[in-house]
Amino acid sequence: MSCDQCREREAVIHLTQIVNEQVTTLHLCERCAAEKGVESPGAVAKTPLGSFLAAMGKGLPEPATTPRSGDTCPRCGGSLQDFRESGRLGCPECYHAFELPLRDLLRRLHGSTHHVGERYAERGPETVRIPERASELREQLRLAVETENFELAAELRDRLRVLE
Amino acid sequence: MIDLSLLTDGGVGWLDASGPSSHLVLSTRIRLARNLAAHIFQARNSETEREEILGNVERAARETVLLRRAICFRLDRLDRIERQLLHERHLVSKELAGLDPDGRVRSGASILIQDRIGVMLNEEDHLRIQGLHSGFALEAAYAEVDRLDSELGQRLAFAFHPEFGYLTSCPTNVGTGLRASVLIHLPGLVLTKEISKVLQGLAQVGLTFRGLYGEGSEVVGNFFQLSNQTTLGSSEHELLDHLGKMVRQVMDYEEQARQVLLRDAPAIIEDKVWRAYGLLRYARSLSFEEAMNLLSGVRLGVGVGLIPDVGMYTLNKLLVHTQPAHLSVAEGVSPTEPDLPIRRARFVRKVLESEVGRRG
Repeated sequence: MSCDQCREREAVIHLTQIVNEQVTTLHLCERCAAEKGVESPGAVAKTPLGSFLAAMGKGLPEPATTPRSGDTCPRCGGSLQDFRESGRLGCPECYHAFELPLRDLLRRLHGSTHHVGERYAERGPETVRIPERASELREQLRLAVETENFELAAELRDRLRVLE
Repeated sequence: MIDLSLLTDGGVGWLDASGPSSHLVLSTRIRLARNLAAHIFQARNSETEREEILGNVERAARETVLLRRAICFRLDRLDRIERQLLHERHLVSKELAGLDPDGRVRSGASILIQDRIGVMLNEEDHLRIQGLHSGFALEAAYAEVDRLDSELGQRLAFAFHPEFGYLTSCPTNVGTGLRASVLIHLPGLVLTKEISKVLQGLAQVGLTFRGLYGEGSEVVGNFFQLSNQTTLGSSEHELLDHLGKMVRQVMDYEEQARQVLLRDAPAIIEDKVWRAYGLLRYARSLSFEEAMNLLSGVRLGVGVGLIPDVGMYTLNKLLVHTQPAHLSVAEGVSPTEPDLPIRRARFVRKVLESEVGRRG
């Protein structure tokens, strides 16, 4: 993508502004951004996620395993720099590759790094957990009755009978 | 042209105003972000990989109870107007439909829909499991989505981390992957100028608001989409409880604001809602924004009992069918047709006449 200003150099800074609920995005090269008084970390900081991203990994104690911006994820080849620019990770493995800075980011975003909701147990095709499924079905049946979704309730009851 | 009649209620069962608190809440949406462990995320994956994802998920979906009869729309094979139609029905995000100004439709972008539930595929995450219910119905909508999630999870390997939970392309969604949103009409708070205080208060308790079409959309017709901001560190039911409590509080504030308006400025309010009704009933040209704002006025009038003969369902139908893509398809003209506002006004008159014409 070329710079919105000079239309020559590659845009490396993507500045999203919200003014009067109107969202505009400017794509600028480094030089034009500097002329506009926007420095790259500052530009990133203007997006809600951006201030977190910009601060990510900074001011932290730096253990030997802290990834540098240039380090890439062994699986997808994405770097921390890519993530800072796009706000998107490349693959599930990125959560391991960039664990330290991400942990810090998650804490700031969500106030926690610990998932306490439903757990997904990896299942092979043969390992459907019958007892747990029955309890799931019972819970769903309760909800279906509560919400007066009787068609669903009847179906759930039939499925429970088969399981039990 | 895609055949939306294949969908139950044309995919707009959510606007039938049958759900709880329908006079204030138009709809409740729940979505769960999920990714397949075996594939890299959308930002870095290839066309071939997206086709595989689509194939795998569709096969799994055909084995489930909730999606076995699902209709699949491949957005990458639809015209812009058709994609816009699906977006206006709130069935696909703007991003997936490729409707952003410089946006293109990503190859493999698709949606599976059956009744009130569906899955967006190859969106920012591989799967966005979603359910859309009429009125204020967080738990009921979640129960259904949760059920589909477990049905799909038994057949597909989702990316899950023991500490971080469900892994998503953007860390703002990680953990539960749950975003619950309630589309609520708040004209009382807007008129009493209390709205910014309320929205600021919501931000402080971890909730966020968006416009009529969700992420990145503007507020029109005094409709606000309220949703949870965080997805990690609380369970699904805690997130829903918290949002539910706050929405109930906002509903109370809105009712109070309406009472204040009726008590302190009855003549002004009465004039405002009837003026909105009069314009909708007799105007000869209406832009979409104007129609939305007038519909908001009439909705307020119906809500406080000043306008007796118009149903919420009629107002909801008008909300959907006066949108640019819906109107231009119904009228058989291009969405850029210059006389669309004239056609919109004629359409609104016809609907209102048939509903209340006999009585006045």
